[in-house]
Amino acid sequence: MFSQLRILLHITRSHGIIRRYFVVNGFDGALTMLGLCMGFYFTDQVQISVVIHACVGAAIALGMSGVSSAYISESAEKKKELLELEQAMIGSLEESHYGRAVRWVPIVIAFVNGAAPFLISVLIIIPLWLHDWRPDLVTLPLESAIVCAFVLVFLLGMFLGRISETFWLWSGIKTLLIALITALLIFLVSHF
Amino acid sequence: MGQIKKVVLDVLKPHKPTILEMASSLSDEDHKCTVNIKVAEVDEHTETLVVTLSGKNIDLEKISAKIAELGGSIHSIDEVEVSLGS
Repeated sequence: MFSQLRILLHITRSHGIIRRYFVVNGFDGALTMLGLCMGFYFTDQVQISVVIHACVGAAIALGMSGVSSAYISESAEKKKELLELEQAMIGSLEESHYGRAVRWVPIVIAFVNGAAPFLISVLIIIPLWLHDWRPDLVTLPLESAIVCAFVLVFLLGMFLGRISETFWLWSGIKTLLIALITALLIFLVSHF
Repeated sequence: MGQIKKVVLDVLKPHKPTILEMASSLSDEDHKCTVNIKVAEVDEHTETLVVTLSGKNIDLEKISAKIAELGGSIHSIDEVEVSLGS
């Protein structure tokens, strides 16, 4: 099954799209959670259970948005590509790898597009859950979640650096800077 | 019935899979035959190939199905060599 999937991704040149969606939506997830956590951090007297519910709600919404938007757009794109190819081939390609790719590749891309922000959000929420479960495990839950978000943004940058074969540290620092600017903007909006 | 020893096909296929991948797939499909592919023409979306298969007893039906699965279509059989089976 996986070798079939690899063939379908290869002939439709979808590896790059999947990587791009993973980083773009993963970044979305990390920055959304960072924004939520920072917002709650600057709001006094907020119960952690409220923060968790808000973050989980946002994570699910990001995941669903990622799945549905990618499926609709990729499905349309792949059908258009197949139609163009069928016109060039002067025949149907429904029973070929191309026909199967039109059915399966949008599902894979949609899954990655939805899973990336959801999983990254869940990783950021973990310190909040741990605090809710046993407060002595994580004494500063919001601060820990914010640090978690910064670390994940840095790791996504590193991943991008490896793909583009540039220096991983510089690429990580660039994405970290974006997260820091986001945090600064939230700080400024919360205080003025 | 005669056995196909050699067959030359005129095949139209999309750019992917490459001829290297197509040759490997065809060879995997029929282990007894040698596959030679020559690119005759390249267009925006497609490539025209001259596929030469040679071997002891080529299963043309299997090969045709594999070409179709890879997104190609056989336009014509340009040459064939058949000998009586032993």
